[in-house]
Amino acid sequence: MHLKDDLLQAIEQANLVGRGGAAFPVARKWRRIKDLAKPKKYVVCNASEGEPDVSKDFFLLENYPAEVFKGMLLAMDFLETKEGYFYINKKYYQALQVKIDSLIEFCQKRGYLIHLFLEEPSYIGGETGALLNSIEGKKVQPRYKDPSPSVLGIFGVPVLLHNVETLYDVACVSSDKFEQTRLATISGEGIAKPDVYRVKSEQNVSEILRQTANYPNFDFFVQVGGGAAGEVLSSVQAETAILSGSGSIRVFPKTISPYSFLKNLFAFYTRESCGKCSPCRDGSWQLLQLLTGLDEKSELPWAKFSPIIKIMDKGSFCNLGKSIALPVRSYAANILGIKV
Amino acid sequence: MSKTVTVYIDGQLYQAEEGQSLLQIALANQIDIPHLCHHPDLPADHNCRLCLVKHDGQVESSCEIQAREGLHIETRDSEIRELRTENLKLILASHREKCPKCQEKLPCPVAGLMKKYGVTSEEYRRKMLDLSVHKMANAAEFDPNLCVRCGLCVSACANIGINFLKLEGKSSDAHLTHSQNPKVDCIYCGQCTVSCPVGAIREQSHLTEVEAALADPEKIVIVQMAPSVRASIGEEFGLEAGINLEKKMFTALRRLGFDKIFDVNMGADITTMIEAEELSERLRQKFAGEKSVLPMFTSCCPGWVKFLEFYYPEMIPHLTTARSPHIHSGGAYKTWWAKKAGIDPSRIVVVSLMPCTSKKYEADMEKLSFEYQGYKLKPVDLVLTTRETAALLKKHQIDLLNLPESEADLEGEYSGAAAIYGASGGVMESALRTTAHLLTGQELPKVDLQEVRGMKGIKKATIKIGEQEIKVAVVATPRNARNILEKIKRGLEEYDYIEFMACPGGCIGGGGQPLQGTIETIKKRIAGLYTIDANKKVRRAHENQVVKDFLAFAKAEPSLAEKILYTNYSVKNKFE
Repeated sequence: MHLKDDLLQAIEQANLVGRGGAAFPVARKWRRIKDLAKPKKYVVCNASEGEPDVSKDFFLLENYPAEVFKGMLLAMDFLETKEGYFYINKKYYQALQVKIDSLIEFCQKRGYLIHLFLEEPSYIGGETGALLNSIEGKKVQPRYKDPSPSVLGIFGVPVLLHNVETLYDVACVSSDKFEQTRLATISGEGIAKPDVYRVKSEQNVSEILRQTANYPNFDFFVQVGGGAAGEVLSSVQAETAILSGSGSIRVFPKTISPYSFLKNLFAFYTRESCGKCSPCRDGSWQLLQLLTGLDEKSELPWAKFSPIIKIMDKGSFCNLGKSIALPVRSYAANILGIKV
Repeated sequence: MSKTVTVYIDGQLYQAEEGQSLLQIALANQIDIPHLCHHPDLPADHNCRLCLVKHDGQVESSCEIQAREGLHIETRDSEIRELRTENLKLILASHREKCPKCQEKLPCPVAGLMKKYGVTSEEYRRKMLDLSVHKMANAAEFDPNLCVRCGLCVSACANIGINFLKLEGKSSDAHLTHSQNPKVDCIYCGQCTVSCPVGAIREQSHLTEVEAALADPEKIVIVQMAPSVRASIGEEFGLEAGINLEKKMFTALRRLGFDKIFDVNMGADITTMIEAEELSERLRQKFAGEKSVLPMFTSCCPGWVKFLEFYYPEMIPHLTTARSPHIHSGGAYKTWWAKKAGIDPSRIVVVSLMPCTSKKYEADMEKLSFEYQGYKLKPVDLVLTTRETAALLKKHQIDLLNLPESEADLEGEYSGAAAIYGASGGVMESALRTTAHLLTGQELPKVDLQEVRGMKGIKKATIKIGEQEIKVAVVATPRNARNILEKIKRGLEEYDYIEFMACPGGCIGGGGQPLQGTIETIKKRIAGLYTIDANKKVRRAHENQVVKDFLAFAKAEPSLAEKILYTNYSVKNKFE
């Protein structure tokens, strides 16, 4: 195993980035929190995984839970703290309780106190501010950007927050097993083997589909990156696009109607908005209302979508509301040839 | 000290404190940026997303941009206007059809914004949740389907230390509701209503009833204005806070058709007399080494009384048994004045103009009714808040600011001690002026008690009356009240007399006052009240001849005195 400074160097050399979706350099985050002269610090593992079409964290916790906890302990050693939180989606915990409980107990025996926090499954619950608020017993809503969670995370204590996959990667780096890979969750109707796969960090989408024997034998398009918030790409664009975000690839048959595609999308945003800010809360609901009474064959009211998408994009408080613009606009432009 | 920096708004240079939000800076410099969820005294939540501006070409909300040297923002860009307009359409969807003020064509807080941005509220249909209007006793109410979920009322409620209101649910189901905790209850103070930008949480209106009484030729309608209203109603007509419009108001009330113009201030002098008598007696017992319940607590704030009856019922015996000012004077009109004027008391309707919502709750209390000349009478029939009063004047096109001045009718005569009842510390100061007189036969050497004045939430002082030292405290808001009550319970602090008010700054910062009041506006209003006191010839309640006449009348009939001068208290349950 690497010693503390050694490990940081190794992480930096491996160009490790956060796998929650934002791809923030891990070493930079570690150094920033290490440098804070605070008596207490927490390491928090984010196992919320609320995005539809993403299940890589579940895959890791099911198959490599010891590595994830090892990553957590390494981060705790680096920060010289003995306390952390394991923030996990309730459904995941129900399925994995035995493994997780025994690992927390194992850590405790070695002197590390890891609090288990069960989250009501939701999309926003995995957002940094909402997650920290949730642990503090506050409303599950995003926080104002300042102060950063690295400075005042939980109850005034700085927090190093990492996604499950990031901590797993840290463990791999520490034992020299990190091979510049990431996890991809492939899903969609009509494909051969939807599952979680290990792929190269910088691999393009079509290649991943081919390698995993999932390349469709029908006309299709894909949504890539962050589940419902991911970018929509044509099969031609998929040839060159690199897998990004939290690593989702969802395949759609080209025959899916715009009505069905958007209804799913709008319903997701309507359901998952935390309700804090008006553009996301009211905008998503109004978008869904605009589909009321329409069907598969209907002409869609794009001109009415447009101002709502715009205010959600430019005016929402957090990235959830803002993120709707990417799937809607890329779907319209790349698949339908419409500018929104 | 924070650093001063230069920022640029629409190309103009402004000095600001580093870290201040650009919205604050813009508002301080009269630059119009729309906003619904911002209040200078409450924590920022950045949820309404209306204060959008451009910063380095990017759209951002100005409440989130912190001032730093050389920062530029643009507020008048066409894209910004388009985005604000769209957002306003979303936020205010179906507003007009749900808003009672819009329905009655009364001034509504967001009417100006709607006009400026050309939004009708009919662009989108709002998701209506299956939630009815919730009534906070008969003081205030909220309509979750009109609420824009800005959370200001929730913050205001938390800020004063109650935490009754809360926002629940996610996405389009997010809604305003109240705590289910059986140990948490509303005290009807109405602080929430002052902060609401859309009229979703508001007083329970008595406007229709007041107009009906005025139109009824059989009724003798008496109006009485609380100390605070005269120093704040000008704000509803665009004036600075703290300008005393008392004499113009008397004219305005006559023009509205009220038959008699009396004054809650006269009632305040009665309260001072009754309360000072009780305090003198409790102190006399203490000095004589007899058993005495001290400290004595004031009781003129119904919000505070509800707080004590619900949260600290074991301390009820500390409350003075004196009724509150408008209840005292209301009782006086329907007995003493009715007899003097030869009027059947059942024809009298008493309307109080109050800075308060809990006064509506108080006026309706069964225990305050009394029998007189064969009738069961309520001391006060109807209560209008300052805001409702202004709405009534506007509805009848009464141009308050340009009216000639006039005086109240004779029975509205009051002392300077009454005028300051509106400010936190005023009741205490008035009562001490009279208690000193009752205990020593002498006046206090200094009529002004500076120690108990000002906006501090807890003020403590030791006042010398004759040879004795009286320890007093003045407390505003339940948050501060809890602090003091806990110390008293644990024997950590001892007092003889404590004034409690539910609202910050006292009644002058009350829940019925003009919307969006801040600590700064409250300070200005308070200054207005102390000026009235300083300019009065009679500054002590016991020197008010009208009150002397009334008390001589009441005390000549002990059974009547008992009914119209004193009250009692009981343990309160949730929603009581």
